[in-house]
Amino acid sequence: MDRIIFYILAGVTVLASLGVVSSKNPMHSVMMLIVSFGALAGLYVLLDAPFTAVTQIIVYAGAIMVLFLFVVMLLNQHKEDDPDVMPAGLRGVNMRAGVLLSLLLAFEVAWGLSRVGVTMFSSDPAAVSSISSVARIGTSLFTTHAFAFEVTSVLILVSMVGAVVIARRER
Amino acid sequence: MSELTLADFGISQSLIAHLVLIFVVFQALVLTSAFMVWMERKVCAYIQDREGPNRVGPAGLLQPFADVIKLVFKEDLRPKAADAFLFAIAPIISTATAFAAFSVVPFGGETTLFGLLDQPLRLEVTDVNVAVLVIFAVASMGVYGIVLAGWSSNSKYSLLGGLRSSAQMISYELSYGLALAAVIMLAGSLSLREVVMNQAGTWWGFIPKWYVFLQPVGFFIYMTAGVAETNRAPFDFPEAEQELVAGYHTEYSSMSFALFFMAEYINMVTVSAVATSLYLGGWLGPFASDTIGWVYFMAKVLLILFFYVWMRWTLPRYRYDQLMEFGWKWLLPGAVLNFIATAALIIWLG
Repeated sequence: MDRIIFYILAGVTVLASLGVVSSKNPMHSVMMLIVSFGALAGLYVLLDAPFTAVTQIIVYAGAIMVLFLFVVMLLNQHKEDDPDVMPAGLRGVNMRAGVLLSLLLAFEVAWGLSRVGVTMFSSDPAAVSSISSVARIGTSLFTTHAFAFEVTSVLILVSMVGAVVIARRER
Repeated sequence: MSELTLADFGISQSLIAHLVLIFVVFQALVLTSAFMVWMERKVCAYIQDREGPNRVGPAGLLQPFADVIKLVFKEDLRPKAADAFLFAIAPIISTATAFAAFSVVPFGGETTLFGLLDQPLRLEVTDVNVAVLVIFAVASMGVYGIVLAGWSSNSKYSLLGGLRSSAQMISYELSYGLALAAVIMLAGSLSLREVVMNQAGTWWGFIPKWYVFLQPVGFFIYMTAGVAETNRAPFDFPEAEQELVAGYHTEYSSMSFALFFMAEYINMVTVSAVATSLYLGGWLGPFASDTIGWVYFMAKVLLILFFYVWMRWTLPRYRYDQLMEFGWKWLLPGAVLNFIATAALIIWLG
């Protein structure tokens, strides 16, 4: 049963992600991305991580995608430009650098995946109970990973300030 | 030869009981939204010194059903320049998220239906141990229905309505979440059932231990943000008639319009039900809350719903910039202060 649900959710995730990059209408791309995030959240639930699943929905599908939607709506660009005409920025050296980078990425992904082993999760219900996992995530965030956590928050703050500085008009 | 029972097909008694429960909750929500339409028109009429609907059924009670029959037979129009798929799916998203949010709300204790069932049945569709977050997540998905409706209609009034509503919902979601977080800290649990159970008992024998007494500021913030999240007056900018015709559902007609209408009322019911569970002790009452808890629950929800309607027909609509200013400069700092004060008090008092 779990396996069937896994394949359905994984299939939806992959198909929706393909839809994101192949759709010519930016609005449809955004919707496809939301579907993909939703299916991904379903996969987290299958892994006994409801907290991660819900956070995925709140943060990605709920908050970030609404901002995407906002931008797409305000630009109000219904169709992508003709894809047959290469934009000027994508020719010559830039194009070759891009090809090299994507080859590198493909190699990295293949290398990373080849090193992944199968990890067995504890099936003890007390260990996977989610309220304890919420507490555990919180504890490890504020003790073991406190430095990384704080640095990330400063990073987000910096990017926010940066966006304001760039967007602000010179007076 | 032994007799075949349902259990041989993998169908247990509790599965059937659960399916029946889901069906009952679904129907109850639909009926409540119909009832709310009637109550809204009736209360509005009395506030304006009129009679209100009084032709169909006793005291006009069947008026919503007449309205639905009328809407079913209306033509479903779609603007020529609309995005057909998104236009069709937007009201469905709105309604589906509205229904989904209610699924984690507990509305009563355990019951065996007078001994009919072997195992006691919990009166809620599903007991998720991150229920509070699920409600928050589903509520944040609800905005897509409105935004997509506004965008796909390809009309300036709809687009402006959709944009306003998304800005409004994002702004008030923060205060909403912070008010929820303060209650979660008090209860020490993300499960709505446990939050309700923690409110059992009384102080000095007569004041119930409801979180509204510990979190009066939080309750106010939650209710205000809840009104904004459900786009109700005085925060009903997405459909401000004088400026935007009807906002995001200007181009909708027939049943797709009715779906938006229903979603709005079910969202109100959900916000009220969550407020009841978080702040007003859920199904707990002065006596016999194990058996007739759902009556207490419904009474409390109905009171909040009445308050909603009362407020809509009493207060005028704010201006859009006032709404944004109030949300960001008053409500959000208030919610943050309330959150910090609660955390500090919990640590100080142990």
